[in-house]
Amino acid sequence: MASLNMLIFVCISYVVLLFIVAFMADRLAAKGRTTWLRSPIVYTLSLSIYCTAWTFYGAVGYAARSGLEFVTIYLGPTLVMIGWWWGLRKLVRIGRSQRITSIADLVSSRYGKSNLLAICVTILAVIGVTPYIALQLQSITLSFSIFSEADPSGATYSETATVFWVAAGLAVFAVLFGTRNLDANERHHGVVTAIALEAVVKLFALLAVGVFVVWGLSGGIAETMARIDASEIGQWQMKSGRWTAITFLAAAAFICLPRMFQVMVVENDDERHLRTAAWAFPLYLLMMSLFVVPIAVVGLDLLPAGSNPDLFVLTVPLSQGRDGLAMLAFLGGFSSATSMVIVAAMALSTMVSNHIVMPIWLSYRGDGGASVSGDVRSVVLLSRRVSIAVIMGLGYSYFRLSGGGTALASIGLISFTGIAQILPALLGGIFWRGATKAGALAGLSVGFGLWVYTLLLPGLGVGLVSEAVFQQGPFGLSWLRPQALFGITGLDPLVHSVMWSMLLNAAAFTLVSLFSFPSPIERLQGAQFVNVFDHSSGPRGWSGSVAQVEDLMIMSQRILGAAEAQALFRRQVILQGGRGHLPDPTPTFLQTLERELSGSVGAATAHAMVGQIVGGSSVSVQDLMAVADESAQLLEYSSQLEAKSTELARTARQLREANEKLTQISLQKDAFLSQVSHELRTPMTSIRAFSEILRDTSGLAEDEHSRYATIILDEAMRLTRLLDDLLDLSVLESGQVTLNMREGVLMDVLDQAVSTVLAGADSPLRVKRRRVGENVVLKSDLDRLAQVFINLIANAQKYCDAERPELTISAHHIGGQLVVDLIDNGSGIPTDVQAMVFEKFARVNAEKAGGAGLGLAICREIMHRLGGDVTYLSGQSGGAFRVTMPLSLPKLAELAAQ
Amino acid sequence: MNDDRSSPSVFLEHQSYRRNRLADAARLLPVIGAAVLAVPLLWPSADSAQVVAGEVEAVPMSTAILYIFGAWAGLIGLSVVFGMAARRWGQPDGPQRPGQG
Repeated sequence: MASLNMLIFVCISYVVLLFIVAFMADRLAAKGRTTWLRSPIVYTLSLSIYCTAWTFYGAVGYAARSGLEFVTIYLGPTLVMIGWWWGLRKLVRIGRSQRITSIADLVSSRYGKSNLLAICVTILAVIGVTPYIALQLQSITLSFSIFSEADPSGATYSETATVFWVAAGLAVFAVLFGTRNLDANERHHGVVTAIALEAVVKLFALLAVGVFVVWGLSGGIAETMARIDASEIGQWQMKSGRWTAITFLAAAAFICLPRMFQVMVVENDDERHLRTAAWAFPLYLLMMSLFVVPIAVVGLDLLPAGSNPDLFVLTVPLSQGRDGLAMLAFLGGFSSATSMVIVAAMALSTMVSNHIVMPIWLSYRGDGGASVSGDVRSVVLLSRRVSIAVIMGLGYSYFRLSGGGTALASIGLISFTGIAQILPALLGGIFWRGATKAGALAGLSVGFGLWVYTLLLPGLGVGLVSEAVFQQGPFGLSWLRPQALFGITGLDPLVHSVMWSMLLNAAAFTLVSLFSFPSPIERLQGAQFVNVFDHSSGPRGWSGSVAQVEDLMIMSQRILGAAEAQALFRRQVILQGGRGHLPDPTPTFLQTLERELSGSVGAATAHAMVGQIVGGSSVSVQDLMAVADESAQLLEYSSQLEAKSTELARTARQLREANEKLTQISLQKDAFLSQVSHELRTPMTSIRAFSEILRDTSGLAEDEHSRYATIILDEAMRLTRLLDDLLDLSVLESGQVTLNMREGVLMDVLDQAVSTVLAGADSPLRVKRRRVGENVVLKSDLDRLAQVFINLIANAQKYCDAERPELTISAHHIGGQLVVDLIDNGSGIPTDVQAMVFEKFARVNAEKAGGAGLGLAICREIMHRLGGDVTYLSGQSGGAFRVTMPLSLPKLAELAAQ
Repeated sequence: MNDDRSSPSVFLEHQSYRRNRLADAARLLPVIGAAVLAVPLLWPSADSAQVVAGEVEAVPMSTAILYIFGAWAGLIGLSVVFGMAARRWGQPDGPQRPGQG
């Protein structure tokens, strides 16, 4: 006789086996040896998590109560699977090309990556799936209790403790294999392989019980059929509304259930697996339901009235003393429950952590939070683990609170209806470009609200909705009665809820979509989703044909350069052990190429380029944004370069100018040296000549003697003046000059200067002055200042080429400075030499010059010493110089007072 | 080349034409399935007035099982046939390139 301890031992051994299988599969996947792990059979078997403990145990109970209605639960998914070409293929392609991680992620990324929508879907999924998890825990507990009743040793058995340990164990399994790594593709080979094994176990168990019942107990097919017809469910009895509604519901839930989405889309390795699964999975479902009716009929026959039909799979073999078979059936039920719970917890935890925990954590951490990638990675893993624990905790709490007991199937259908509310947003999203985020939100909210009001609250029963509301509707509004909306009574509650929630959900979704306008990113994503077959190519993912390799070659040559690209391709050919110039487009080769390219153009661009040519994953908005980022960086870099090059150009121009100036100065110096030697030589020659005459010629007349001596003296004085000037300039330049600062009136200084120049001059320079402005007291070295004016006036006298030379001197103050302009009516200084007139030895007109070209240079040095300047004023009628000097503040006040 | 994808030709070769019609049939499969599986809705139910009055005999459960499971198996069979055909295409949605090994 099967003891409870024996059962627990078998159970634990089975779990250990699952652990080993999952572990080995992960190891194999890590080594890259995934050939059989990625076979279509494993994919098909993993889809079998659709068959939970509810279908394993519950289907028989369902058949015992309502005949063939149970089969609708399987017919819906069958229709979806055989229509794979139309729907699932697109879903899987979108999932792969957009790197979708969950159904919430799919809906959110279709509607412009809206996190609000993701949160809504996640909450809906958690609310919908939690009772379902509780259901699985309940089924395991019930099956344990069956064995404990049958246990002859009467071992103590605590239901709550069992549930707790089962929930904890499943959580540990899901954490260990579901959150071991953070793969970009979210594939979990270990879990999927373990699930595939469980799928085989549960099918085998149910078939074994079925075969035992048909051939062992009933004596063959014909006898079994006769027995069925004779039983209480022996006649076709069907509510057509329920038949249609449940078929539809099962089909919708098959697509929308988070765990189904996980295995069907996220864990899908190859789109072509759908081709096999399209017939193999319906076949699996058919075999799962083949013996349900016979078991139900035999159970009703053999077992005492009132025994729970949900457990016939276990109780029929037990009542016949077939402990081994019962044990096998138990393992089948156990497999169904565990695989569903593990995958559901994984899928939900991905959704919860990606769409609820991570956004909160990132916003809490602020901007710098995501800078270190390893940092986020560990947080994501931790949040998933915690989420799994929380979800299992919720399931456990729900089980404890509800106390179990309700017929298994009804919770399952309530859950299905809730999850199916995602369907309009999902289908609309992948087939209709006009679907908008506002529409999806409206549809989801309406559907969710109606589901809670018409099915979930009444279904949970007791106390949540008062009897009065049931009978008269809320606030006495009879048309709002939860199970008879709009006054339509007499409908089956489930059909009523499915009809209204789906109808109004779809209507709200469509209407709001029609009247709202999508954001740009929504429209972009909409086009990507709806036209996914145009944007992504081929079902193979990272593989390509030889023709594509040629394209890749051409592209690589453009980016890397011909020689490097050819060398790279050649190396790859040798690595692959092939011949020729083009390697096979293996994933390794493509990865290498992408890496090489990313060195030149950035990772995102490289990925987009390879993706464009090879296909498999279309260019997503994130890719484009990353490309834009890289381009922006390039732009910034190039603008920096541009700035630098302008700076260089400027420096070069300055250097060129300086060089020109130096050359000019050097030329001037040469000219000056010859001038100086000439200037020195002329008086020296006269001095020498006249000295010789005085020495050698005897008998010179007195007046001749005196005249020659005067000439010698004049020439010597001219020499002295020249040397004085040079000395003066060098003293000024070296800054060793001592200034004799005293107060005086500008008018006096100008009077002195003008009279000095004009005294004894024969040329008729007329000086016009405006004496009003000259009445300014200033503090300066007045002698030096007079020297400047003398020089400037003398220049005008010397160089003014007008017939009647005139010099206008005007004084005024500009911006706190005293300005004296000296403007003559001559032709002025040519523009090209204006810049040079203040340089030493500069002479505008060599033949006209009498001096050594030091006058203006000395003037400028003096004015700099006095804190002012002398500049040439261009744009005047003749030669014009402007002398500026600072006007001290008290003098300003004086001026103002005048 | 990529051009094939961006601007599909209106007239296809015989082989491609066949393939497209087969894809049409595949799209039709769930519709056929739904229709076939809706047939039992037309059967007189055991609790309907006519059956209770004895005018018509209710469909026995064994017949119902045979019909539903038969239809189900038939759908699976059609799906297998289509899957086999799709397997021969290699790439379900891109014209085969000539000279490709």
